[in-house]
Amino acid sequence: MSPVLEPVVPLSARRRTVPRWLRRTTGPLLLLVLWQVSSATGVLPSDTLASPGTIAGTASDLLKDGTLPHAMLVSVQRVLIGLALGGVIGIALALVSGLSRLGEDLVDASVQMLRSIPWVGMIPLFIIWMGIGEAPKIALIALGVTFHLYLNVYAGIRGVDAQLIEAGNSLGLGRWGLIRHVVLPGALPGAMTGLRYSLATAWLALVFGETINADDGIGFLLNRAREFFQTDVIVVCLIVYAALGLLADFIVRTLERLLLQWRPNFTGK
Amino acid sequence: MATELHRQVNSPEKESGQEQEDGSGGAAVRVRSLTRSFDGRAVIDNLQLDVPAGEFVVLLGRSGCGKSTLLRVLAGLDREIEGEVLVPRRKAVAFQAPRLMPWKRVWRNVLLGLPGRPGRAVAERALKEVGLDHRVDAWPKTLSGGEAQRASLARALVREPDLLLLDEPFGALDALTRITAQQLVAELWQRRGCAVLLVTHDVEEALLLADRVLVMDGGVIAHQVRVDRDRPRDIADPLLAELRTELLDRLGVRAPEPAVHKVA
Repeated sequence: MSPVLEPVVPLSARRRTVPRWLRRTTGPLLLLVLWQVSSATGVLPSDTLASPGTIAGTASDLLKDGTLPHAMLVSVQRVLIGLALGGVIGIALALVSGLSRLGEDLVDASVQMLRSIPWVGMIPLFIIWMGIGEAPKIALIALGVTFHLYLNVYAGIRGVDAQLIEAGNSLGLGRWGLIRHVVLPGALPGAMTGLRYSLATAWLALVFGETINADDGIGFLLNRAREFFQTDVIVVCLIVYAALGLLADFIVRTLERLLLQWRPNFTGK
Repeated sequence: MATELHRQVNSPEKESGQEQEDGSGGAAVRVRSLTRSFDGRAVIDNLQLDVPAGEFVVLLGRSGCGKSTLLRVLAGLDREIEGEVLVPRRKAVAFQAPRLMPWKRVWRNVLLGLPGRPGRAVAERALKEVGLDHRVDAWPKTLSGGEAQRASLARALVREPDLLLLDEPFGALDALTRITAQQLVAELWQRRGCAVLLVTHDVEEALLLADRVLVMDGGVIAHQVRVDRDRPRDIADPLLAELRTELLDRLGVRAPEPAVHKVA
């Protein structure tokens, strides 16, 4: 008796009724609707949390009267200056300790020691040293950035394939040639990882710095809103923080796509 | 074709860049009393070696016999040595793994480390010579194993070496690609006329390519045979079969009866 045959159905033939992206957006949308309904029916008082509708209105008001754009500009500026400062320090230290044994012995132990101090705990000291102006906020951001970049760039440099260094040697590259053509490009993936971590830390440091004391920026809006129980403004500020963080991440991803296209394990398109 | 300036591979203690003009005109390699020890164990033990300019020498040996160490010494990559080692200033190495810089496109890999600022055309010429002119702009990750090895060869050849050092360059290639790559190396050698020292553990490869096959054992060149046959060679050639048995015997492997081959 011959066996009963059945067709192997190709995967593409299985119809999906609802596209994936739609299914994925349904959850958050339902949550938003639930929030709006709770606010409208009074289950969720506006003193606790403003309704999504109110928040959208507030956001558009703050955008129109220029308060929000100005605050964003001030905050982004702080992050950029802190990032640049911490970036230069972190990368410079990583190069010193990554490229030479002497540098490693001198720098690495100190950096590892300082790294174990929680940087948020430095705030009181920074205020005593630098007052309550822009300086302590930028210093806090720079501090958080420095360690991430240092660790990742240093690990990147030390992780460069020794076989490639040897190949460079056999091709007649000198010390600087090796650093330029082999070591630094090889450390780039690590540096990009470090940049990503540092950006996340930079936003966190910004929130800490601005919440404690600020007369300008998003943190200032946030603090003032707290005093007047404006939960709508608070939520708008939180959303702005999140959006700026996402934007920064997007920029780093784009950079990675441009700079790391040679990587064998790169899969993005 | 005479090999020009010879440069001594210095052991680190006496690194002074001293150059030695000696009477060894026409030699590509001159090694006297070379010893290289790892933790007191001599892997190369008082080794002597002469390679005339333009000769194709294949170095055979079992794993761990020191053949790769010898190649690294000649390449100047291992300088913890005692003895006298003279090699041409212009030498190039191709390793078992292609060791292309993954962050440089193929043509930039080829030009890496060349003095001056050579243009892209120089790389294109070298890549054309190895049959890779269609992958000039490719990233190394997109090359097949054979293509990557050819790029590595182009990178070595573009330096116009008087001595080409090949460390099992076909070891990681599949059997079919290996045959093509061997033919390519033979062609390039005939065209360039540089001395070649190729390290391998493949006896047939040695017999197909070499003017002279050296067997390394116990830290010295323990045995050598001359292969006086025109190229391209056929591995079924009775002389080669005879030499193959001899070499395998030297390497401590009993060759199968020739009859077994003919059955297939």
